[in-house]
Amino acid sequence: MDAISFWAFAAILVIASVLVVGQRNPMHSVFLLIVSFAALSGLYVLLGAPFAAMIQVIVYVGAIMVLFLFVVMLLNTPTEEAPAGGPIRRMFGAGPRHFGAVLSGVFAVELALALRAASTTLPGTDRGTPTPTVYDIGVRLFHEYGFAFEATSVLILVAMVGAIVLARREAR
Amino acid sequence: MPEPTLNSYLLLSAVLFAIGTAGVFLRRNLITILLSIEVMLNAVNLTFVAVDRFRGSVDGQIIVFFVITVAAAEAAVGLAILIALFRHRESLNPDAFTSLKW
Repeated sequence: MDAISFWAFAAILVIASVLVVGQRNPMHSVFLLIVSFAALSGLYVLLGAPFAAMIQVIVYVGAIMVLFLFVVMLLNTPTEEAPAGGPIRRMFGAGPRHFGAVLSGVFAVELALALRAASTTLPGTDRGTPTPTVYDIGVRLFHEYGFAFEATSVLILVAMVGAIVLARREAR
Repeated sequence: MPEPTLNSYLLLSAVLFAIGTAGVFLRRNLITILLSIEVMLNAVNLTFVAVDRFRGSVDGQIIVFFVITVAAAEAAVGLAILIALFRHRESLNPDAFTSLKW
């Protein structure tokens, strides 16, 4: 059961992410990214991390993606125009972007090689350990990570003020 | 179907991260580039949660919490910059912003 759900969620996650990157219309990209985040929170549940799954849905889908949607709708952005030329050029663009495509391919191969080198020694994820509850997370978050927690609240305040200042229309 | 091991989660996360980098390199729309950065952040989050499960600790989930908070701040500031840029050039194509070129 766990195996089937893992492969199903993984397939949805990868396909949706590829489509996010492959879209020309940013509106479709945002919606597909929501699908990919939903699959990812399913994986978090499989990993015994319901807290991470919930903040994924509430903060990412509920707040960040809505913010993106607002901006996409507010700016009424045109869809990206396709570059002229053959199919390869249409897919990867010209000049520096060829280099970028090669670079991301090299990076993917590197990651796969690094993981293959490690694969023999890694056991399964489910080792029969009890899943930590939200209570455990809360205790640790407010004791050991108390300072970091307060620092992030300051960060959010700064980001909020900064966003308002940056996006404000200048008075003439 | 094979049972998922820690390695399958790490491999999935690597695939996701590579998709994100490809998006940053290949897209010519600032919004899609920001979305690709979110994909990369989520790939790293998946690694944290998987290793957390492997070690039986909660620290990874707490780091995921902080990463998501920072991602929210990043998205807010990034989108505000994007709006300001769009007012200047009426375009979201990164190739349109060439004022610093010489």
